[in-house]
Amino acid sequence: MDLYTEGDPIADTRAPDGPVETRWDRHRFEMKLVNPANRRKLTVIVVGTGLAGGSAAATLAEQGYHVKSYCYQDSPRRAHSIAAQGGINAAKNYRNDGDSVHRLFYDTVKGGDFRSRESNVHRLAEVSVNIIDQCVAQGVPFAREYGGLLDTRSFGGAQVQRTFYARGQTGQQLLLGAYQALERQIGLGNVEMNARHEMLELVVVDGRARGIVVRDMVTGEISTEMADAVVLASGGYGNVFYLSTNAKGCNVTASWRAHRKGAYFANPCYTQIHPTCIPVSGDHQSKLTLMSESLRNDGRVWVPKAKGDDRGPRDIPEDERDYYLERIYPSFGNLVPRDIASRAAKNVCDEGRGVGPTGLGVYLDFADAIDRLGRKAIEAKYGNLFEMYERITGEDPYEVPMRIYPAVHYTMGGLWVDYDLQSTVPGLFVIGEANFSDHGANRLGASALMQGLADGYFVLPSTLANYLAANPMEKVDASHPEAVAARTDVEDRITRLLAINGDRTVDSFHRELGQIMWEHCGMERSDAGLRKAIAEIRALREQFWQRVRVPGDGEGLNQSLEKAGRVADFFELAELMCVDALHREESCGGHFRAEYQTPDGEAQRDDDRFAYVAAWEYTGTGEPVLHKEDLTFEYVHPSQRSYK
Amino acid sequence: MNLTLRIWRQTGPEDKGRMVTYPVPDVSPDMSFLEMLDVLNERLILDGEEPVAFDHDCREGICGACSLMINGEAHGPQRGTTACQLHMRQFSDGDTIDIEPWRARAFPVIKDLVVNRNAFDKIIAAGGYVTAPTGSAPEAHSTPVPKDDADAAFSSAACIGCGACVAACPNGSGMLFTAAKVTQLSLLPQGQPERYTRVIGMVDAHDEAGFGGCTNIGECTSACPKGIPLNTIGRLNRDYLKATTKRAGTPGS
Amino acid sequence: MVITKTRSPIRSNVGLKAVMAVTGILLVLFLIVHMLGNLKIFTGETSFDHYAHWLRDLGTPLLPTTWYLWIQRTILTVAVLAHIGAATVLAMRARAARPVAYAHRRKIHVNYAARTMRWGGVIILLFVIYHILDLTTGHLNPQGDPANPYGNVVADFAPERWYVTLFYTLAIVTLGFHLRHGAASAFRSLGQQTPKGERRARAAALVFAVVLCAGYLVVPFAVLTGLVA
Repeated sequence: MDLYTEGDPIADTRAPDGPVETRWDRHRFEMKLVNPANRRKLTVIVVGTGLAGGSAAATLAEQGYHVKSYCYQDSPRRAHSIAAQGGINAAKNYRNDGDSVHRLFYDTVKGGDFRSRESNVHRLAEVSVNIIDQCVAQGVPFAREYGGLLDTRSFGGAQVQRTFYARGQTGQQLLLGAYQALERQIGLGNVEMNARHEMLELVVVDGRARGIVVRDMVTGEISTEMADAVVLASGGYGNVFYLSTNAKGCNVTASWRAHRKGAYFANPCYTQIHPTCIPVSGDHQSKLTLMSESLRNDGRVWVPKAKGDDRGPRDIPEDERDYYLERIYPSFGNLVPRDIASRAAKNVCDEGRGVGPTGLGVYLDFADAIDRLGRKAIEAKYGNLFEMYERITGEDPYEVPMRIYPAVHYTMGGLWVDYDLQSTVPGLFVIGEANFSDHGANRLGASALMQGLADGYFVLPSTLANYLAANPMEKVDASHPEAVAARTDVEDRITRLLAINGDRTVDSFHRELGQIMWEHCGMERSDAGLRKAIAEIRALREQFWQRVRVPGDGEGLNQSLEKAGRVADFFELAELMCVDALHREESCGGHFRAEYQTPDGEAQRDDDRFAYVAAWEYTGTGEPVLHKEDLTFEYVHPSQRSYK
Repeated sequence: MNLTLRIWRQTGPEDKGRMVTYPVPDVSPDMSFLEMLDVLNERLILDGEEPVAFDHDCREGICGACSLMINGEAHGPQRGTTACQLHMRQFSDGDTIDIEPWRARAFPVIKDLVVNRNAFDKIIAAGGYVTAPTGSAPEAHSTPVPKDDADAAFSSAACIGCGACVAACPNGSGMLFTAAKVTQLSLLPQGQPERYTRVIGMVDAHDEAGFGGCTNIGECTSACPKGIPLNTIGRLNRDYLKATTKRAGTPGS
Repeated sequence: MVITKTRSPIRSNVGLKAVMAVTGILLVLFLIVHMLGNLKIFTGETSFDHYAHWLRDLGTPLLPTTWYLWIQRTILTVAVLAHIGAATVLAMRARAARPVAYAHRRKIHVNYAARTMRWGGVIILLFVIYHILDLTTGHLNPQGDPANPYGNVVADFAPERWYVTLFYTLAIVTLGFHLRHGAASAFRSLGQQTPKGERRARAAALVFAVVLCAGYLVVPFAVLTGLVA
């Protein structure tokens, strides 16, 4: 293929060997430590204040490092981890239902469709139990039983009840716990907090990450911040699709700038599509809202049998409805995993049987459940979800069926990191959704919160110390030529964006990019579609740099300028995602290639050719270089998933 | 539907600011309030004008970034709903809608509808936490918490820190925000050791930031999108008054 | 966090509210006793005058005559001053807390009583000054005979002096509103913290405000209608 070249394979040289359950312990012992007295002389930059960044900044400061923390929001409490609803997995086995660290490890590797590293996942499962202890000690108000002990519930992809939760706001409560620990360190003067600051460039000196260039979004001031190590905790890139369940501000800029400076980007095509979101209501749509997956426990999914049937849902008789999930997957029915439910919805809509004003929606009907259990019971279970639905759509789901449609929700890909969470740029660590490490090709429900906190509270603070202890460094300041060059790049780019003064808004480009990505690199990808997408993205990117209009100037708050910079980076990422999706000639997890499916339409993995991590190197010529990291499975043996 | 917006425009902290009128035609009732502002902004940009700056992020009612005073009501007319989840079907064709930023000395305007809410972070930094450095935590089940206490703590912890309470309060008081955190942590066994230093620290930080005092009117609670109850303030008052009887460095006082 | 030095708690917003609550409760206790005393007017002139004189002798022989009365007056004056002082500081802080007013401000939906606390307080203060000059010192009373309080009251609320009765009524109704919010608020300021307690406090404050209003208003209207003459 002409779109990339293949380079040398890459290996995770930090990965320990030996029995999987002893690896992390042994590795921790073997790592070097930093003397407490020396820690305060070391500065660490942490970009992002979500679960991963917030917990990492707080923990590093507690250990005595000087931490500089950055977020684009007005407060570290607002990072998008706050929107996670469901819960957090931990192998506590409080239910005595057969859970264990090994089972959580097994479920996660299998759920990831055998595209993640066993060592990393096992460590995640081990650390999961400490996270719950830590959060409880911080005063996180988890749901409890009458006896005063923690309550747990079950979640998709697992047969044990290991999900801890705080009503439907688990992410919020965990994030506030980390935020409060962070604020404590800010109050003590150990963390220098910079809210409303956006990282726009990474500074690499002598091959090591030594700082970042940031823009103060209030004053417009560009500054260069130097440190001994840089930690990126800047989240995922779902907003490349324009419409996603991510917050409006979520962006790939920090990761992408690091990628351009030498950090490999791994598996960018692995995106998770959530099947139960409220459908798009019109061109004005700015984001999508998730409805909890738990609704599928009682709701029945259907569309009319006939194409273009525009009768109201209650006027369509029973025998003219197609309960397609129950029909195609009789044993799992409405409860098939996320990727399967999403793709089935897309298929029926593509056939012209979608419902609602846009034709992109399917019914999730509670009439049977209300008949069977009574309205009261449904209200008790889903009352607040139904309210939220009604607030957004103006329709009463007790009377008419809900309309749902899949939406981009999480990105498993991210910057490549080794076992120590260090990227290919020494001194640049990447944690949380921003890295690629633990979920393989598909993430299980309630595992994102677990990974963010595992990285931030427990893994990074150990591995970062090892790096700092092993690599004593000269102090460099912002006048170093590399730092000055990085800063000049940022300033030039801003000047360039402001100077175009064209005739289209940033959002119009972003929306169009999103449509291309959703069409060709969304739930189902194909060779022809991806090639078409790449051509369209390139053309659109060219248009962007000629026709975008960014009003105002760089001095002071300019939300259009912020968006323009982010969208410019999304264009480059979008192309890489398509290339990655194109080269991966198999279907696995969140990546479904139309050409690679079983005769009955299920994903077909190709372990012989593709059991590797695709780590992409940026070359500047537009032709990325692929480095393969082979995956080996000693404990969990690859098998085909089936939900029929 | 066709609407007339009157929006507070202020170029920066030093500018005096003024209300500016914008007609917005063809508003769909299915738009959220912020999407309606997006549409206006797209048009302003193409007309060569500065778009209206406003804070927003998650747009699903949980991050607490959006902060609009709509027709004199924090987050607009629908109860229990943030501005980002407010939809245009709550308004009628021909309506005039006034949009202003939160107004409080502690929340200075940065630009247009964007204010600086850093004072809230300072209140948390002054004690709104449990000191539990990473790694020091005991096994989660070592201290059971009665379900009622845990549930009540959650109700207070649901605060999203948006500042609607301050915006709605005739005194510009941030007591409901402060009390929500004080109440959450004082209901849990993990919060007990710092219970009394916490409340003193947080109330001091609250007053220092320039918020007014509470006069138990209850506007905050009715504006709060998460329905934080007013009696949390009673709990803060109780803890505060008790705390004044304790002396630093006198164990058991 | 280690608190080494805090602001004086009494200067904090919470402390000032506690001061208002405690002084308010003191004043309310006085209002109850004062009302009961007033109602003695229905037992006849001799009895009422005797009660008024007894007040001056209260505390004797432990204290010299009128000492008790002066002690009580001193406490009440301090309470009034502290109540007003705290209210003023809080009002000033509240004003400073919102330097730029809203262009569009919807009326407060909670309740009328809460909205009228500050102006109501001023009206009550003006009334108290008038009331002391009228019935305590007698300067503004048409009869002004210190030996005959009963006569003073009757002369005060005579039908042709309808405006005095009107002012009195206005002040008492304002006081009722002030108490309706103030009494419940005082409990909150002192730490009342349950929803049930709040409902009780509000109900009690409402009943109390109505009873107190009635108890005070019955006297002038009895004079006005000739029931007391």
